[in-house]
Amino acid sequence: MSSQPSALRSYVDFYATGMRTQIATQFQYRAATYMYTLGMVTEPVIYLVVWRTIANQHGGTVDGTGAGQIAAYYIVWTLVRTFNIVFTPFGWEERIREGQLSSQLLRPLHPVHYDMATFAGHKIPWLVMYAPIAVALSLVFHPTLDPRPIEVVVFIVAIWGAYVIRSLNHFVLGMLTLLTTRATSIFQIWFLGELLVSGRLVPLTFMPPWAQSIAAWLPFKWTFYFPIEALVGGMPTHALLTGLLWQCFWTGVGCVLVWASFKVAIRHYSAVGN
Amino acid sequence: MPPVTAVVHVAGLEKVFRVPEREAGLRASVRSLYARRWRDVRAVDGVSFDLEPGEVVGFLGPNGAGKTTTLKMLSGLLHPTGGEVTVLGHVPWRRERDYLRRITLVMGNRNQLQWDLPALDSFELNRAIYRLPRQQFTETRDELIELLDIEDLVRKPVRQLSLGERMKVEVVGSLLHLPQVLFLDEPTIGLDVTMQKRIRNFVAAYNERYGATVLLTSHYMADVEALCKRVVVIHHGQMLFDGKLEALADRFGAYKTIEAVLADGETISMQVPRNETSSATARLLAENDVSDLTVEDPPIEDVIEQVFAS
Repeated sequence: MSSQPSALRSYVDFYATGMRTQIATQFQYRAATYMYTLGMVTEPVIYLVVWRTIANQHGGTVDGTGAGQIAAYYIVWTLVRTFNIVFTPFGWEERIREGQLSSQLLRPLHPVHYDMATFAGHKIPWLVMYAPIAVALSLVFHPTLDPRPIEVVVFIVAIWGAYVIRSLNHFVLGMLTLLTTRATSIFQIWFLGELLVSGRLVPLTFMPPWAQSIAAWLPFKWTFYFPIEALVGGMPTHALLTGLLWQCFWTGVGCVLVWASFKVAIRHYSAVGN
Repeated sequence: MPPVTAVVHVAGLEKVFRVPEREAGLRASVRSLYARRWRDVRAVDGVSFDLEPGEVVGFLGPNGAGKTTTLKMLSGLLHPTGGEVTVLGHVPWRRERDYLRRITLVMGNRNQLQWDLPALDSFELNRAIYRLPRQQFTETRDELIELLDIEDLVRKPVRQLSLGERMKVEVVGSLLHLPQVLFLDEPTIGLDVTMQKRIRNFVAAYNERYGATVLLTSHYMADVEALCKRVVVIHHGQMLFDGKLEALADRFGAYKTIEAVLADGETISMQVPRNETSSATARLLAENDVSDLTVEDPPIEDVIEQVFAS
């Protein structure tokens, strides 16, 4: 009888296998992946063009931020956005209807791990496809980007932190689907909040002080604004490290909420028809 | 207390779904916004049975009888409204990992395989999920593939497999962790006769080789007759029968078929009420020159139909 591998090794093995499986799946649809990646670029390019136009009309800066810094913000934004794409709560309705949730619940693994492993795998082909796009954007918009080594290191950690926080938050939102059939309207409110106070629509420094105060108490900025600013914002070292601690905090909160919401919601799962 | 030997112990199992209800039309739709009406649907109502190690038991009932709901509770997908269940000593709906590693639920209409990839990739993912040591996994996988004769299917993307082919690889994927208890919900649904037989033989071989306990639902009586010595019958969520398959005919078979071949080669066939079999046979023998005589229970399909009708 072979001995069982340790829990940690098993999780590492699962995440590696799950990522590999998803990369293989992505390669089945190369054209679709490329079109999706191009679509992903549209949103930040629109923001970038708008803010550069505003900067040019105000002597080359917006609130002291130069056009090159704005370009850097939105080019890095695209990378961060690619990284923090997770299984959306909207997918839960289909997952339940199609019986996929039943399949997942029969496995000796919390479903959140499956989502996190597979979406981590999605990112690798996206990154490969994004690289030439980033070069093209840089040639067109001339970003001002000169990060220190620590900023690069913190950025790499922070984009994964952002991914984990967003995955956990969206899983908790997904649990609402088990409590109410159409939870879409609740998700929309959440996404509105994220759009406004995460740094996704507008860099937080462009927002009024009261909005920045609200953002400080919510998880959103740690999934967009912080990773971007870690690379482009010239943040002091202690601010970078404090930011990572905040990401750890929100990860902890997310883990507790995932555990509690799953425990409550799963009792209401009716698995009707599948 | 459940008997010590029971692998599956079910006592007074109940499941009540609370479902919203309204009449058709816009007015009823508007009314349901402020005065929603609910109805309790008693899907499973006091079901009790035990399964011994290695038993293959047919779980029968018409559509909506509560079979799938019961299987979902036994596999931990659903929380029951009442009653007591232990499977391999675990309470299923606690969904302990050790429990989920020892059971499987195969549903004829469910797909757990990666749609775009060959089944081998899904098997590999299952290896990681179930934490199977690589050597054990490889041996089991190859053995099951050989047993079901699907060597040429597991390298094709799942989306390119036919329903029957997909079901076969689905079954293998569900058994890679060598579960001790199999809950099979219509595993042959929609398959042609050859494919049904292949799946049946596979289940029988798995049961024999690994001593697994199997609870099987199927609308194909050929599945039940081939695999199950014992059947549990439920209707409207309630138990109607728990016993040997042949005893089902004794209890619910309303008639027997008497077939006689006469000396001149003519064949007489007649259905008689069960309690009149002896007298009818005696009369037939007395009134005719009979060279051969058979008395048979009705086909199991007819018996089951009779059970549900009653």
